[in-house]
Amino acid sequence: MRIELDFASILTQWPLLLSGVFWTLGLTAFSAVIGVIVGVAFAWVRISGPGWLKWIVGSYVEFIRNTPFIVQLFFCFFGLPMLGIRLSPEAASVIAMVINLGAYATEIIRAGIQATPRGQAEAGVSLALSRYQVFMHVVLPPALRKVWPALVSQIIIVMLGSAVCGQISTPELSFVANLIQSRNFRAFESYIVATAIYLMLAISVRALLNWAGPRYFFGGRRG
Amino acid sequence: MVEFTLWDIVRNLLLAARWTVLLSLVAFVGGGLVGLGLLILRMSGVRGGARFVAGYVQLFQGTPLLMQLFLAYFGLALFGLELSSWVSAGFALTLYTSAFLVEIWRGCVASIPKGQWEAAQSLALNFGEQLRYIILPQAVRIAIPPTVGFLVQVVKGTALASLIGFVELTKAGTMITNATFRPFLVYGCVAVIYFLLCYPISFYAKSLEGKIHARS
Repeated sequence: MRIELDFASILTQWPLLLSGVFWTLGLTAFSAVIGVIVGVAFAWVRISGPGWLKWIVGSYVEFIRNTPFIVQLFFCFFGLPMLGIRLSPEAASVIAMVINLGAYATEIIRAGIQATPRGQAEAGVSLALSRYQVFMHVVLPPALRKVWPALVSQIIIVMLGSAVCGQISTPELSFVANLIQSRNFRAFESYIVATAIYLMLAISVRALLNWAGPRYFFGGRRG
Repeated sequence: MVEFTLWDIVRNLLLAARWTVLLSLVAFVGGGLVGLGLLILRMSGVRGGARFVAGYVQLFQGTPLLMQLFLAYFGLALFGLELSSWVSAGFALTLYTSAFLVEIWRGCVASIPKGQWEAAQSLALNFGEQLRYIILPQAVRIAIPPTVGFLVQVVKGTALASLIGFVELTKAGTMITNATFRPFLVYGCVAVIYFLLCYPISFYAKSLEGKIHARS
């Protein structure tokens, strides 16, 4: 038996693949920014918010971390219209990704904040900074720097998880791979190419974020 | 037209959840065995062994599980194997699980002080004996909490097997949705069942971790 692989018929579809890559990166970038902001806000709540709010955020974190992303996505896309919230596939994907990343980011950032010595926050207070200023300028930057690699890993996991979004016809990379194989029946080659692209994306996004994080996002030149 | 009561929905989902549990166990046990083999290869000092395992881990951790499942499904068929979704899903999830477990366990073995290896060598134990009697008993103790914790990822990972036609909890949810037109309720129930499966495992892993920290 001979197996003939025909990668040329996939690679000639490069404009499609490229648009898939842009969608995947765009979805990831958007949900990473909002997800980390959600994570910071909720981490603050879990450490110094009022008791009932702590409980709500804690339940959210545990519920999201213990259910599969695909179910969260299907719930957003198929379930929410029953409540009158009709979402496009792209919007449902972003919302599900933000909800998912937000829960993990909350836990990661909370761990970072708790690892920051109390004395630093107290020193901030003694300089007559407001609670908000202490959190944003004293507590948060070193906490983020400490957990940044973990946060980057989680962002990569969310990016790879976004392959599922193609199932509700968000035009990202795995959707494109599916589209190509439905046209030329080269399923194996098509998914091999998509998988290789995902691998390159994962490696380069991780390198980029690990490089850029300490330089641009928090704390400036000291890192 | 047949009316579905809430109990009908929940009952059918619970029946399907058996397959989620079973597939998780297959992947976890299979992944554990393959992972152990990779761990031994990694530590044995065989030429290229460490590099192979590093590449393997990078490959499976750096690509979407969904793509791995599709490749297993379409790829194995290409070799003329007439495959059920069972075999493809079990195969892909086993490899995926093994890549994560070998990385977790490698960290645990690396945390055993070097002196333990040297002491074992000085007792003229060979590599297998060093592992068997000195290193693994200590490493296993540290490895249990993160390994149990990873089981949650495996259970959640099996949800993707629904996309290659494996009828488990998520797929059953989709099928029941198509019959009842009540996605909010059905996917809500699906999520709750996953939560009831996974949360106790997460909780147990966390309490094990707490115990280890308390001891040391």
